[in-house]
Amino acid sequence: MKFRQILWLFLPATLLLVAFIAAPSFDLFRASVFDPDFTTEHFERLINRSVYLDVMWRTIRVSLTVAVLCTLIGYPVAFFINLQPRRRQTLLLFLILIPMWMSILIRTYAWIVILGRDGLVNQMLAMLGLATEPMQMLYTSGAVLAAMVQILLPIQILTCYAAMTEIDFDLIRAARVLGARPRQALARVFLPLSLDGTLTGLVIVFMLSMGFFITPALLGGRQDTMIANLIEFQVQRLNWSFAAALGVVLLVLTVGMIVALRGAGKLLARRVLKGGL
Amino acid sequence: MSVADLSFNQVTKRFGKVVALDKFDLDVAPGEFVTFLGPSGSGKTTALNILAGFAAATEGDVRIGDRSVVNLPPEKRNVGMVFQSYSLFPHLTVFENVAFPLRLRGTRGAALTARVIAALEMVHLGDYAARMPSELSGGQRQRVAFARAVIFDPPVLLMDEPLSALDLKLREQMQLEIKRFHAQIGCTIIFVTHDQGEALTLSDRVAVMRDGQIAQVGSPQEIYDRPNSQYVAEFIGRTNLFRLNAGQGGTWTIDGLGVTMPPVRGANATNTLLSVRPEKIRPVDSDEAGQVSFDARLTQVIFQGDHVQYEAVSSGGSPLYFQDYRGPGTHLMKRGEQIRLGFDPGDAVPVARDVA
Repeated sequence: MKFRQILWLFLPATLLLVAFIAAPSFDLFRASVFDPDFTTEHFERLINRSVYLDVMWRTIRVSLTVAVLCTLIGYPVAFFINLQPRRRQTLLLFLILIPMWMSILIRTYAWIVILGRDGLVNQMLAMLGLATEPMQMLYTSGAVLAAMVQILLPIQILTCYAAMTEIDFDLIRAARVLGARPRQALARVFLPLSLDGTLTGLVIVFMLSMGFFITPALLGGRQDTMIANLIEFQVQRLNWSFAAALGVVLLVLTVGMIVALRGAGKLLARRVLKGGL
Repeated sequence: MSVADLSFNQVTKRFGKVVALDKFDLDVAPGEFVTFLGPSGSGKTTALNILAGFAAATEGDVRIGDRSVVNLPPEKRNVGMVFQSYSLFPHLTVFENVAFPLRLRGTRGAALTARVIAALEMVHLGDYAARMPSELSGGQRQRVAFARAVIFDPPVLLMDEPLSALDLKLREQMQLEIKRFHAQIGCTIIFVTHDQGEALTLSDRVAVMRDGQIAQVGSPQEIYDRPNSQYVAEFIGRTNLFRLNAGQGGTWTIDGLGVTMPPVRGANATNTLLSVRPEKIRPVDSDEAGQVSFDARLTQVIFQGDHVQYEAVSSGGSPLYFQDYRGPGTHLMKRGEQIRLGFDPGDAVPVARDVA
């Protein structure tokens, strides 16, 4: 079949993208520079006020931290699942999927129950006599980080797992019989072959973190404000154009970071593949 | 060049209640090419995995050279291995794939490069060092896998159905190359296959496997010409199997052919069949001296170019088949023709009948 004959298959997807992604993005960009005449004042305000720069920098930093933590925790979990017998793999994957059926809002509220003044953790600490005063855990950066990692971890586990199931076990056997100790087989064969999928997972988690709103709003303090929280704040005050400018910045930062992460991943992959770790 | 003998000593492998290998015994001489031949589930791959260290024997001992290897992990056994699906590392170049065992053994620099290039040249892939495995054809991947398996000069090389993924023509070509490599390298080779033709072509000795045990072990000629059981006779090549009936004075009559055989050593009427290979049966003029002969009618003629396969029914009602290799002076016979067939009693082999 000729390419031109099947071109119409792209039509539904194209319409969907134009209607719900391209058009709103264009609208967003237009709103950020027309208020109502052409102006760059909103972007200038963003760059000239250190409070906004701080929020941007924090958003990137928190997202990177969450992505890296999810990878460090998720990779070994995926590795463990991949080693289990088939049936147990299915069960474990099912358990990992369950939390993803609940909304982020509910999972975030659950953390309030756990970390609050009379929450689970403080009750336990009191019971064990480890603390006389309840510890302040809510409205801290740690609470935001813990919740974001917990919410996004299943995505990284599943992505890593998918990459690992693609690896032919005979390759590990080949490495072993040719002289590799288990750790060497892991470093020289298994890790490089699962690297690409792992980096993909890391980028997905990073991307999702960049737009996080509910979790920092409910679990964090003023010091944990992320770009999405700023946008909401400006929308509440009907500063549409400034909110649009923030939206553009979030979009550009996210795309820019994804490109940078991919590039760094490629460099890392090349190094790993060349000489081993 | 290094080479070692190896032995299986009463090796048993059980998976739960299933016995995959049952008191397996085999001694392989240094430099010998031994094939484990059998259908899937016969235990041949289990035996290989135990030898490589991928599976632990439930009981028994495996020795390579003068040391027992049952407690050694695969990387300490110093055996080369070629896998069924090549198992080249997809993220490494051809050069790095072949260099892999050497790097793990601490070889570096110019010495490494020289040995890798030499190994690649041995398999005619000197120009392919920079390629990725995905850029190679099946036969080329197979040769890289072979170079990688032998570059560290292992005394024993294991090959697990290495040719089964190749098409027929390439497979035959690779068989000859493997034979040449073996002559060149001289290491002991254990080769696993379910293809009897491959086993006959390559091996010094063939171990025909059945239900976790060796049904027969011997040179290709021995197992083809002197099968010790109905199973081996039928698994290796094609054959005609006739039932024997006790005649007078130690002679035998063949069921369905109505002919009398001189006494056959080791035969008894309850559990013996007579195996006669199709190429041993031929048309004869009346009663030639020393031949067992009988009347038959041709039911099928299959022309194969260099030879003709005939199917026939004896006057006593026994179906049989034979081959004619179209030597000088032979002519093509027609379906339905009445002919007289015969064979030399010395070419008929009594085999134990399968119980099952």
